[in-house]
Amino acid sequence: MKHFESNSSTPFIHIQPKKGWRLLNFGELREYRDLFYFLVLRDIKVKYKQTVLGVMWAALQPFFSMIIFTIFFGKLAKMPSDGIPYPVFNYTAMLLWTYFSTSISTSGNSLISNTSYITKVYFPRLIIPIAPIIAGLIDFFIAFFLLLAMMVYYKIYPGVQLLFVPFLVLLMMISASGVGMMLAALNAKYRDIKYTIPFLIQLWMFASPIVYPASLVPKQFKILYAMNPMVGIIEGFRSAMLGKAAIPFQMIIASTMISILLFFVGMLYFRRMEKYFADVI
Amino acid sequence: MAVHQYKRGARALASTIIEIRNLSKQYRIGLKENDYKTFREALVGGLITPIRNWRRLRRLTKFDTEGDYQQTNADEFSARDVIWALKDVSFEVHQGEVLGIIGRNGAGKSTLLKVLSRITEPSRGDVWLYGRISSLLEVGTGFHPELTGRENIYLNGAILGMKKNEIKRKFDEIVEFAEVERFIDTPVKHYSSGMSLRLAFAVAAYLEPEILVVDEVLAVGDAAFRKKCLGKMEDVTKEGRTLLFVSHDMSAIQNLCPRTILIDKGRVMSDGPTHEVIATYLKSLQELAEVDLTDRADRRGEGKVRFTKIEILDKNYRPVEYPRSKEKIIIRLHYKSKDSHEFRRCRASISVMGYGHIYFLLSTELVNNKELIVKDEGFLDCIIGELPLSGGEYYLCTYLETNKIEQDYVEAAARISVVDGDFYGTGRNYAPGWAGLTVLVRHQWEWK
Repeated sequence: MKHFESNSSTPFIHIQPKKGWRLLNFGELREYRDLFYFLVLRDIKVKYKQTVLGVMWAALQPFFSMIIFTIFFGKLAKMPSDGIPYPVFNYTAMLLWTYFSTSISTSGNSLISNTSYITKVYFPRLIIPIAPIIAGLIDFFIAFFLLLAMMVYYKIYPGVQLLFVPFLVLLMMISASGVGMMLAALNAKYRDIKYTIPFLIQLWMFASPIVYPASLVPKQFKILYAMNPMVGIIEGFRSAMLGKAAIPFQMIIASTMISILLFFVGMLYFRRMEKYFADVI
Repeated sequence: MAVHQYKRGARALASTIIEIRNLSKQYRIGLKENDYKTFREALVGGLITPIRNWRRLRRLTKFDTEGDYQQTNADEFSARDVIWALKDVSFEVHQGEVLGIIGRNGAGKSTLLKVLSRITEPSRGDVWLYGRISSLLEVGTGFHPELTGRENIYLNGAILGMKKNEIKRKFDEIVEFAEVERFIDTPVKHYSSGMSLRLAFAVAAYLEPEILVVDEVLAVGDAAFRKKCLGKMEDVTKEGRTLLFVSHDMSAIQNLCPRTILIDKGRVMSDGPTHEVIATYLKSLQELAEVDLTDRADRRGEGKVRFTKIEILDKNYRPVEYPRSKEKIIIRLHYKSKDSHEFRRCRASISVMGYGHIYFLLSTELVNNKELIVKDEGFLDCIIGELPLSGGEYYLCTYLETNKIEQDYVEAAARISVVDGDFYGTGRNYAPGWAGLTVLVRHQWEWK
């Protein structure tokens, strides 16, 4: 923190109308890193306030979904699961999906739920949709421990491919940020987005290998299918964690490219629209 | 936000800290919504609405000036719903100066502050700031009810641009200033409104920007705390920092600011020594407060005598735009009769209305035993010793009868915007959720 001892050392800020596309302003983001920290902290602290089970909800949400899917898809519909016990098969994906879907929905709604910040104070707006992406990680790690427990129960042990996990998690965060920024910026102006997000999530879930394995998708649709970044992430995570199948490199490469593309498109759109946020929100 | 950090330029004077050149900001106002009269119309309208909404929302961020500014009038469709909240505003502020900014509601003061504090971007023009700027535009906006006072101090401080270490260093002072030591680890949702306001102001008061922007934060809170805040603001200026102070409270402006600018319809109307600018402002208010009632056709009564205008005056019989609760005000009803003769046995009354209900009635025969005689032209003064209304908008309905014959009744003949004052001496005018819904009555409670 540099203080302004005298006027002569003071930076000169020029405010003027600005058009066009803008990339990140890293210096400014650095300047506001404490705010970022406190917003993440706020999101974490507030999330399970006044609940009985508290942070256990982080693991219970994907766990209950897994039980339901195991009953309906695993037992009744006899869904194939690549030779993995269906509960573990489903929970590995549910774990990622819970993080991803919560992230894009809280991030997508972040601007409109922090309207007072937007209209009352200045700070780099990008902090707002990115904070929930980071805050959600806590839940992810708690739910992750349940996966480890389930793996012990089913006697499934991972190998060295486990080293891929951090990369896949990072990839998931990148694509969630991209979608989140895009939705947040659109949401500021078109409140329709608020009502679209739940449908988007539901649709996206069935477009990802969560209740069924990717191997079920017909060959001719494979490329199209891999355009969904969550396909490579989920399939990659499954094989990295459970070690039952080879790492699906092609899918992961596709995911990586799409995730980075989503991130840049989301960020550029957000940066272009941010000058209007205070006026239209 | 279009902000670039430059090396200090050669163009500014050594003591200039804010330089504003031809600053303009335009907003799009929503198009008028259609009124459906029948169910069928509403149904058809509801189906067509998405198309209209889509066009309307899309245009929110589209301005023709982005192309050629002069062409605006060519597109009459857009010219109609674009308003200039700021138009060619230029002025300079020197280091250590305390500048008051006054003007009516919607004059553009808040927009100016929003542009200066980089919340919104100008449409045209330039601002050069030679220092860190912090704004107190409605304090406490960053408070989260579920977090404790301690957590909120950190969060709010960070939102206002403070660093973690900086907040840590000032933490004890902030808590002491806010007088919330005992509740510092209690969630803010259990705080009284006064407590959270004090805490919010305290966080902001310990900011150390070169330029501090304060927008009407002193309108609430009890008198003692208000005094403390003003004291804190005086300290800020003594430290050589620059203060921009927006207020409707002329006495606070007078006390704090040697120089004041008056903004009206987005333009700087006057800029100079505070007492001169305030005089100009009051004069312009006078013209406005004299609501021209003669044009009103929606009135009842025989019409031999009619109200022509209504003025709201303060205790010195000067027009006041924002009377404060508890203050003495005078409602002056001007009247004129068609044929100049005297009416005897008259009765005049004002009913004060808010939120669709009549709150109280002020009537001549209730308090005066003397016969009211109305001449051909003149005015009636209704003196309210202590204005028993909390902050909000109210309407005055005026009534006049001569010899039991209704002569003139005008509903919502004038609007009165009351600013919260400290009616009970406790800083609280109403219980939570009762803002603008109660009349203030002097009373006390006793118990054993």
